[in-house]
Amino acid sequence: MLTALLVMSGIALVLGAVLGFSAIKFRVEGNPLVDKIDAILPQIQCGQCGYPGCRPYAEAIAAGEADINRCPPGGEEGIRKLADLLGVEFKPFGGGTVQKPKAVAFIDENLCIGCTLCTQACPVDAIAGAAKQMHTIIAPVCTGCELCVAPCPVNCISMVVIEEKITTWKWKYPVYPLAPVK
Amino acid sequence: MRTLYQFHGGVHPPTNKTQSTRTPIAPAPLPGKLVIPFHQHVGNMARPLVKAGDRVLKGQLIGMPEDGVSSAVHASTSGTISSIGMEVVAHASGLPDLCAILIPDGKEEWVTHTGMDYRAAASADVRLALRLAGVVGLGGAVFPSDQKLRSGKHKIKSLVLNGAECEPYITCDDMLMRERATEIIRGAEIMRFMLDAEEVLIGIEDNKPEAIAAMRQAAAASDDKMEVIVVPTIYPSGGAKQLMRILTGIEVATGVRSTEKGLQCFNVATALGIYRALRFGEPMLSRIVTVTGNVRNAQNFEVLIGTPVNELVALADPLPDTNLYIMGGPMMGVPLPSAQVSVVKATNCIIAASDKLFPPPPPALPCIRCTRCADVCPADLQPQELFWFAQSKNFGKAQEYSLFDCIECGACNYVCPSHIPLVQYYRFAKSEIRALEHEQTAADLARERYEFRQSRIERDKQERAEKLAQKEMAARQPAATPEAAPDNSAQSHIQAAAERAREQAATARPKNIDALTPQQQAEIAEIEARRAKAREMAHPDAGRPKE
Amino acid sequence: MLISTFISKPDTVSAIMLRVLLALLPGIALYVWYYGPAILVSITLASITALATEAAMLRLRNRPLKPFLGDNSALVTAWLLALSIPPLAPWWLVVVGTAFAISVAKHLYGGLGNNPFNPSMIGYAVLIISFPSHMTHWLSPHGLGQTELGFADQLAFIFGGHLPSGIKLDAVTLATPLDTLKTQLQLDRPLKEILGMPIYGALAGKGSEVVALGYILGGVYLLFKRIITWHVPAAFLGTLFVTAGIFHLVDQAHYVAPLFHLTAGAAMLGAFFILTDPISGPTTPMGKLIFAAGAGFLTYVIRVFGGFPDGVAFATLLMNICVPLIDAHTQPPVFGKKDRGAK
Repeated sequence: MLTALLVMSGIALVLGAVLGFSAIKFRVEGNPLVDKIDAILPQIQCGQCGYPGCRPYAEAIAAGEADINRCPPGGEEGIRKLADLLGVEFKPFGGGTVQKPKAVAFIDENLCIGCTLCTQACPVDAIAGAAKQMHTIIAPVCTGCELCVAPCPVNCISMVVIEEKITTWKWKYPVYPLAPVK
Repeated sequence: MRTLYQFHGGVHPPTNKTQSTRTPIAPAPLPGKLVIPFHQHVGNMARPLVKAGDRVLKGQLIGMPEDGVSSAVHASTSGTISSIGMEVVAHASGLPDLCAILIPDGKEEWVTHTGMDYRAAASADVRLALRLAGVVGLGGAVFPSDQKLRSGKHKIKSLVLNGAECEPYITCDDMLMRERATEIIRGAEIMRFMLDAEEVLIGIEDNKPEAIAAMRQAAAASDDKMEVIVVPTIYPSGGAKQLMRILTGIEVATGVRSTEKGLQCFNVATALGIYRALRFGEPMLSRIVTVTGNVRNAQNFEVLIGTPVNELVALADPLPDTNLYIMGGPMMGVPLPSAQVSVVKATNCIIAASDKLFPPPPPALPCIRCTRCADVCPADLQPQELFWFAQSKNFGKAQEYSLFDCIECGACNYVCPSHIPLVQYYRFAKSEIRALEHEQTAADLARERYEFRQSRIERDKQERAEKLAQKEMAARQPAATPEAAPDNSAQSHIQAAAERAREQAATARPKNIDALTPQQQAEIAEIEARRAKAREMAHPDAGRPKE
Repeated sequence: MLISTFISKPDTVSAIMLRVLLALLPGIALYVWYYGPAILVSITLASITALATEAAMLRLRNRPLKPFLGDNSALVTAWLLALSIPPLAPWWLVVVGTAFAISVAKHLYGGLGNNPFNPSMIGYAVLIISFPSHMTHWLSPHGLGQTELGFADQLAFIFGGHLPSGIKLDAVTLATPLDTLKTQLQLDRPLKEILGMPIYGALAGKGSEVVALGYILGGVYLLFKRIITWHVPAAFLGTLFVTAGIFHLVDQAHYVAPLFHLTAGAAMLGAFFILTDPISGPTTPMGKLIFAAGAGFLTYVIRVFGGFPDGVAFATLLMNICVPLIDAHTQPPVFGKKDRGAK
């Protein structure tokens, strides 16, 4: 009886020591969850989620303050990935967010007055131009967040939907001919 | 006797080649119009050099190769460019692409062209000449040939010339080898010289005895070490990797250049194109196209690039129940979106299809894991597993199981007893994965730029605070800086500018354009063009945005 | 446009399954020769039940009837199950087994192509666990029983449970050779004496050993038609032979010769028809070898040390569990990623 007790408590002590040691030795720095969430978010920085960028939204999700269905650019695929990562159920878009086709901003240079308000709004520095100089969008780096549209005092910025072309065309999922029949 | 090697799998579909080899290659007559796409090759689209209304000569450069992997585009005959715009092209998507429409004048007036001595010229100059002649691989991949003729750091042992032509129905290479063997061998000599290869191996399937005989005769007359090797008929022996395996026993893995293994492979028709481009300075203006299938007179034609498919097939007299045209063979071909699309450099065969010729498959049943697909896969894949992952959109797993090693040869489709469109699933998964990777790079770039901006703003704020503190220290005058006022003035400035802009927009027509010198007008036109280009960059396809 | 390849071999799932049924015919013919036509009644019953259950399940799952009822896969399940249970089994036993196999083991897992376990073996396992006594009444082979039943009497027993007056069930049935061997060995009778009993023939059970040869014939046909590959039969029979051989060499008094194990029970049916089921089996050549070798070993262990008379069914099901694991670890190298034949 006594030996059994001793053996058991001995094992408990050893295992406890191992656990304690590894907790210190293999400690993970920072909050990798935020990084993982941030890696899933599309980095459009559009703020449609109600947070001023993707990283703040990721932090809010990690802290449990925000829902996972607030990111329209990420698509349902994004929600699914977040649900997978966080071990929660998938849920459809909510909170008044709407999905739009991918687009880039376009500045009508005939109207632009060079006020720089849009360059200040752009989260990814995708607008080139100085004060009183004509501005233009650097299309390849524009994320289509639309944050520049509202500040423009002369309404010279419009969003142009990116249309499918041969180089970006994708093969469709084969429609399985065994559709359920009534 | 040379030892031949085998690749795993392969199938033996009915070849159906004799229909189109009964008559020699016939030149197709000049069509009513030519639709010449600027993107017929792998890589970047060629930049248009002509505009609507221009008169062009046969062989005139109309599309300049862009940087990197790209190739040139030429006017296939003399005539007038009637327009440059988006036309539906021979692509599975059915989407339009930039094309020049050329109305032939029937004079076939050549641009001045001369050949060059490839032995005397520098290798880079020869490659530039090929690039400007629009020479691309005619086996189907349309990869610019100049890129493949760089003699790099690896020693090339064998130059493989692909005359296997394993796909059913197609006979364009067969007929080309029968009729123009000497020119092909001349082209092979050029390639061997440029690559400094030790030997040239010409692989031809044993179902083309006439081509083998002709090529043997021509090869024997060459000074170079050339060998015509008869390979057994099995699909897909004409795949570059499969043929290299058969001839040399060397397997070139995905992501490895064949040159690293001392091999380089070209199609026989490409060899001919290279020869004509260097010997005579003739760019690639035409190619041999097999027109077969549901037609009365299946035959091979020498067709000008840009000839509309309907004008071409009319020469072979299609039967009335034809309901689809396929570009390529029945194993790997793509259905054409319409009969109005034009012949491009990749068009080796046009098959007129009907429900009788190619009966629609019965409805697909679930996979029963019978592994017939794995038994025939020439890339040693497990197609049933790839199908499983592609079907469930489990792309990570699909990549883990080497999805991108799939050459889309269709052998698995051919044998599947459940008639599952397997290749379709693989193509879907591949393009989804590519799109996802593209999105991921875009997101990474955006994150990087966003974070940089955040840190810059933070730094600016700090610097300003420091400066302010310094100023305050210097002045020792804690007088309240009028913060609100300048802000207000900035606001009113913007307001005023906005008003002005609105006026301008209302009377947007520029003034003083009546009495301009031509030079000024040209300047204005140039500026307008730049603006248009900016617009295009913002929105590369449709030109003008909706206001 | 959906089509990616415009031509295809005129091969269908339905034709493959039909060839499997064809391959079973020699075995069935010999079965009838030795045991009378009762087995045909079981097969018919099982077939009707299978098709009816299949149709009902397809309807419930909202799937089209025509392509799936025509694929013959339900018939293969039905025939294999009917051949695994005693021919004189009451009609409801066949019906319950088949219905369970088709509805639970096949359709609840997603129908054709999705069942992780061999449906007929699930049906067999359910029956032998639920109704063990009914599963032991095997007809005695031709010329061995005290009396023999006519076809009318067999029908009457299958559907009504009545035997002609004056005949007891024991008079027309026997335990299987494997079962007899096990019980007699437990009674400490010497092996030689047991094998001298009238139910034993040249290799194993009289009659059943010949039926096993019939299955081999069908198996060769399937190999020839490339419906199955050599891997599974060879690895299964080989492992069974070697395992039995080792035990036999160590102790000849208690462990029967390996050829006995190959021709007794469901070994041949399993080697050529049950373990070769592509849906519940592995796909890679190496995987097939591992899978079948495991099944051969387990079959021997269950037969000799387990509580059930035969081990093929449980060995199959146990190895079915391992299939995803086996497949994942036996992926052959892809083109260019191996050293083979190159100089």
